[in-house]
Amino acid sequence: MNIDWVALGTVFGVSVAVTVGLVGLFTVGIVALSRQEGAAATGNSVLAARTGAVACFGLCLAAVTYGIYLIVA
Amino acid sequence: MEHITLLIAIVIATALVFDFTNGFHDTANAMATTISTGAMKPKAAVAMSAVLNLVGAFLSVEVAKTISGGIIDEGAGVRPEVIFAGLVGAIVWNMLTWLLGLPSSSSHALFGGLIGATLVSVGADGVNGDKVMMKILIPAVAAPIVAGVAAALATWLTYRLGRGLDDRTASKGYRAGQITSAALVSLAHGTNDAQKTMGVITLVLITGGTLGPGSGPPLWVIVSAGLAISLGTYLGGWRIIRTMGKGLTDIQPPQGFAAQTGAAAVILSSSHLGFALSTTQVCSGAVLGSGVGRKGAAVSWGTAGRMAVAWGLTLPAAGGVAAAAALLADQGNAGVTAVALLGAAACSSIWVASRRKPVHADNVNDVEPAATVSTVTTASLADTPVLAAGAPVGITVTGAANAAVLHPPTDPAPAPAATA
Repeated sequence: MNIDWVALGTVFGVSVAVTVGLVGLFTVGIVALSRQEGAAATGNSVLAARTGAVACFGLCLAAVTYGIYLIVA
Repeated sequence: MEHITLLIAIVIATALVFDFTNGFHDTANAMATTISTGAMKPKAAVAMSAVLNLVGAFLSVEVAKTISGGIIDEGAGVRPEVIFAGLVGAIVWNMLTWLLGLPSSSSHALFGGLIGATLVSVGADGVNGDKVMMKILIPAVAAPIVAGVAAALATWLTYRLGRGLDDRTASKGYRAGQITSAALVSLAHGTNDAQKTMGVITLVLITGGTLGPGSGPPLWVIVSAGLAISLGTYLGGWRIIRTMGKGLTDIQPPQGFAAQTGAAAVILSSSHLGFALSTTQVCSGAVLGSGVGRKGAAVSWGTAGRMAVAWGLTLPAAGGVAAAAALLADQGNAGVTAVALLGAAACSSIWVASRRKPVHADNVNDVEPAATVSTVTTASLADTPVLAAGAPVGITVTGAANAAVLHPPTDPAPAPAATA
């Protein structure tokens, strides 16, 4: 019997990296969104926080799109 | 010919029944955390999952050439009777684990049923032992570990990064994230599991000579399989949703998000890197991991242990029922009829048993947090007439223990609403 350790290891590595990466990215996006609201309330510039939030959520959206592509393909 | 046509019609109907049980058995995978954290209302969650399952059934045209991925040698004389017996074994085990609220893998039940029936009807030559190891046993051990580690790390990270977030923004954000990742899991489930039933029906049509060898599923097969699994999903396996959403650990929105994202990532990456892992085990592992990853979260290892026992029993139990069914079904028309009647009787009695403590959309979340409900009482033994369904004796212990988890004495009086 032949256990494909390489495939198993790859699945482990990729799964953990993608999960942690996406969850981290999304959380940073939420934090940025929260900062933007805080900045708006105090009258400071919201540009940096907004750019950060858009970038984070954009990357997450790209990952979801790729996921749908994987399901369909 | 008349006989073959009727038999094939019976097998197709049985395959659709299996597909239906597959639907309500696996609703929890995509939706349990979404429902228990309140990100979506229970009915809305199962409706979304059902629609995505239906869409998923139509999405992919890459139908499995073999129903079992090479576990069964389909050329070695697998007849419609064998597939019928295998399906009956899978259905009975799915019903039983649903009654006990245990998330066990529907695919493993199907494989177990087919293996059991093949062993009896065709012999050991018909089963590929190496493939059983590679495609079922090793993934079964690996899935919860991979998903658990991923979800635990992600949970830790999201709590760490999200310190000091104001509640309103955080809950809005996590809600959107949970719904998105649950939607992905539902879609992937529709493409995978609905396809399995399509594969079974197509294989039966080919063995019966209705379709030429190597044909793809006709449109009516795709439509009926898609509808059966979505209908099952919409009915909602509330008993299993309660176990996964509330029974393993007390899940908060960030944990639900981390678990669900981990499940989606593991399912998609594993199926595309050539080491497919069972959705059910991935999702249960992810929920457990999210409990481990949050400081101060109580994890009910007792419930997790009972789930693990159910996973271990799925293959032999579904196989055992299917083997008995195959013995009967091999006796000709009367045998097939007897199997059909016995299977229907087993399912009905399980359903009747479930009515004694119904779990439905309105009470699915009404349960004590995980840590306090794991007390086992012997009184609940009376609630689990599982032997009637032909299960191995060992399961009654598990059943009694789990019934105590699912139905703590504090359970409010259930309303007689539609349940599943």
